[in-house]
Amino acid sequence: MPKKELDTFRVSYLSILDEDGNVDKDLEPKLKKPELIELYRQMVWARRTDERMLKLQRQGRIGTFGPSTGQEAAQCAVAFAMKKQDWFAGAFREHGVRLLRGETLTRQLLYYNGQEEGNVNEEGANPRNLPISVIVGAQPLHAVGLAYAMRLQGEPETCAVTFMGDGATSEGDFHEAMNFAAVWNLPVLFVVQNNQWAISVPRSKQTKSATIAQKAIAYGMPGIQVDGNDALAVYVAAAEALDRGRSGEGPTLIEAVTYRLMMHTTADDQYKYRTKEEEDLWWRRDPLVRFRAYLEAKKIWSEKDQEALEEEYRVEIEKQVKAFEGMSGWKPDAPFDHVFGTRHERIEQQRREFLAEIAKEADRG
Amino acid sequence: MAKLNMVQAINLALDEMMAEDPSVVVLGEDVGVDGGVFRVTEGLIEKYGEARVIDTPLAESAIIGTAIGMALAGLKPVGEMQFCGFSYIMIPQLEGHGSRYRSRTHGQFHVPLVMRVPYGGGVRALEHHSESREASLGHFPGVKVVIPSGPRNARSLMRAAILDPDPVVYMEPKRSYRAFKEEVPEAPETVEIGKAQVIQEGTDVTVIAWGAMMHTTKKAVEEIRQARGASIELIDLLTISPMDTETICASVRKTGRLAVVQEAPLSFGPASEIIATVNDHALMHLEAPVKRVCGYDVVTPYFGRENLYLPTLGRARRGIEEVLDF
Ligand SMILES: Cc1ncc(C[n+]2csc(CCOP(=O)(O)OP(=O)(O)O)c2C)c(N)n1
Ligand SMILES: [Mg+2]
Repeated sequence: MPKKELDTFRVSYLSILDEDGNVDKDLEPKLKKPELIELYRQMVWARRTDERMLKLQRQGRIGTFGPSTGQEAAQCAVAFAMKKQDWFAGAFREHGVRLLRGETLTRQLLYYNGQEEGNVNEEGANPRNLPISVIVGAQPLHAVGLAYAMRLQGEPETCAVTFMGDGATSEGDFHEAMNFAAVWNLPVLFVVQNNQWAISVPRSKQTKSATIAQKAIAYGMPGIQVDGNDALAVYVAAAEALDRGRSGEGPTLIEAVTYRLMMHTTADDQYKYRTKEEEDLWWRRDPLVRFRAYLEAKKIWSEKDQEALEEEYRVEIEKQVKAFEGMSGWKPDAPFDHVFGTRHERIEQQRREFLAEIAKEADRG
Repeated sequence: MAKLNMVQAINLALDEMMAEDPSVVVLGEDVGVDGGVFRVTEGLIEKYGEARVIDTPLAESAIIGTAIGMALAGLKPVGEMQFCGFSYIMIPQLEGHGSRYRSRTHGQFHVPLVMRVPYGGGVRALEHHSESREASLGHFPGVKVVIPSGPRNARSLMRAAILDPDPVVYMEPKRSYRAFKEEVPEAPETVEIGKAQVIQEGTDVTVIAWGAMMHTTKKAVEEIRQARGASIELIDLLTISPMDTETICASVRKTGRLAVVQEAPLSFGPASEIIATVNDHALMHLEAPVKRVCGYDVVTPYFGRENLYLPTLGRARRGIEEVLDF
């Protein structure tokens, strides 16, 4: 037999709302007015809280923090397409998803103030949110396990949605997760927020693939690239992927092309490796601006609505920051409570020593 | 002579080695253009180019795995794990291969690589940015683990690590990176890996520490000396593995007393190993039970509670005094 072509592949790219807010009518999802407004409100909430956290960090009121400004569409529109029953296994830059799924700013501030209490799903937060995962690329595997467990336990229509960055796609765990998800034909949605940078390493040095989406094909699952600053495109791609998952058709990879408009974290100086001009280019693609233009063109949003929203959020943010700053009485030995689910004398003995030692420290002045 | 902090001193050692030996290469996440998230590799890419200072894709296993290949073929790679908390991803390669090529081939192949691992708490960072895992890394036969405590020995240890024919994990106490400066001599120095250093001689008690705890312990020793005139022998361990039995035991034979200060969790740590070593070789010289001041066996708390959990000056001092007072 001569050499013959076995297969070819194509990857598609989806964009519905362009940079100026013009919509492609054929692709426009059938979302109702209140739904569109809700999605917009969530994106603005993510932005305003992000801005406030950055300020608080600069004032020394919280610790190191990685802003998500610029990635609101990629985050909120996926969360918006998810059902309550779906699991969320995120990385560390999805404030938009977390807030939409019921986490409060207060709780995020606790986390960035160095307290494990900020990981606890409080009332109102979706109990199927896993906490922040700092280890790059680890959590996609957890999502695969979650989806497997759901199916085995009689919830085959529950999806597990996992987020990661472009950098994370270089980790072995990411590939192993896609492989397992596809082999087990599980309802997992992998969302890669390709924000062009992994700290100082540009997307071009991360992978030779023309797109991240196409990596899915090698694992036997669909992959699609979307304009990650276009909330409608992200929503449509996510809704389709989740439908596929729910109907037993297996996992999907979405590459949301977006941009990290701020520093990697507050400990980073992004101008060591990229230019202000590049950032400016992406500020012009701000996902909030174009979505607002779209709503305004539809005559369901106005300057007055915006002003009212800004005021509402200003008040709410103040309230939540106050709540955070008013919290006290942290149990110093809480870490001993949670090493294991049961107590062990070797640990308890150390707890007693710990308490005695901190009492002596206090005595010392 | 120049006064340098630890970041500058490690950078200097890397620079000197790269200038001297074209087989030395640096690789890791953000080590090139960014100069490393702690700026330890700053300026190297400008001097030595992208071929020798490599910004890798984000994959720890690949960083050490390819470094092993480079080392087998004659290069001297210096890889970076961005934080100790991400170094576990290198363990399959380190334990499975880096530590074994020599013994596997009875010396025909060997792996002269260095993995830099910033570690330790006290810098108010996010989860996984505060652990001290020298015990885990020190548990692999065939891997050397070293930890500097100040700028001068950071430079000499790095030189020794690069010159060493075997895999060396070089752990960097982040808290000491910019905490203080020290005179660093003009000419490059080297130290012997596997040797601890007596940095202050004494006769009443031996005190051993390493890394960031050295700084805390020095202060405690000075306080005790001033308060009660005790003569304290202070040892900087410098090499976790292979541990320097002779220096430790010679000191304990002289003083008859021992206290160890360790940031890492209590169980299965270097302090345990030091005490077991003394038990093996110098038990009959002890005049008091040995005291270890250590971290606790809890998952490293986030920075909100971190300072309560790190061994403090007060704890170190009380521990040493307990041994003296026995
Ligand atoms: C396993 C691991 N290695 C290294 C790091 C340090 N680190 C934190 S974020 C990051 C870059 C991540 O880039 P990407 O996946 O694109 O996500 P982004 O930060 O852009 O959201 C690195 C190297 C880490 N947290 N985990
Ligand atoms: Mg990225």
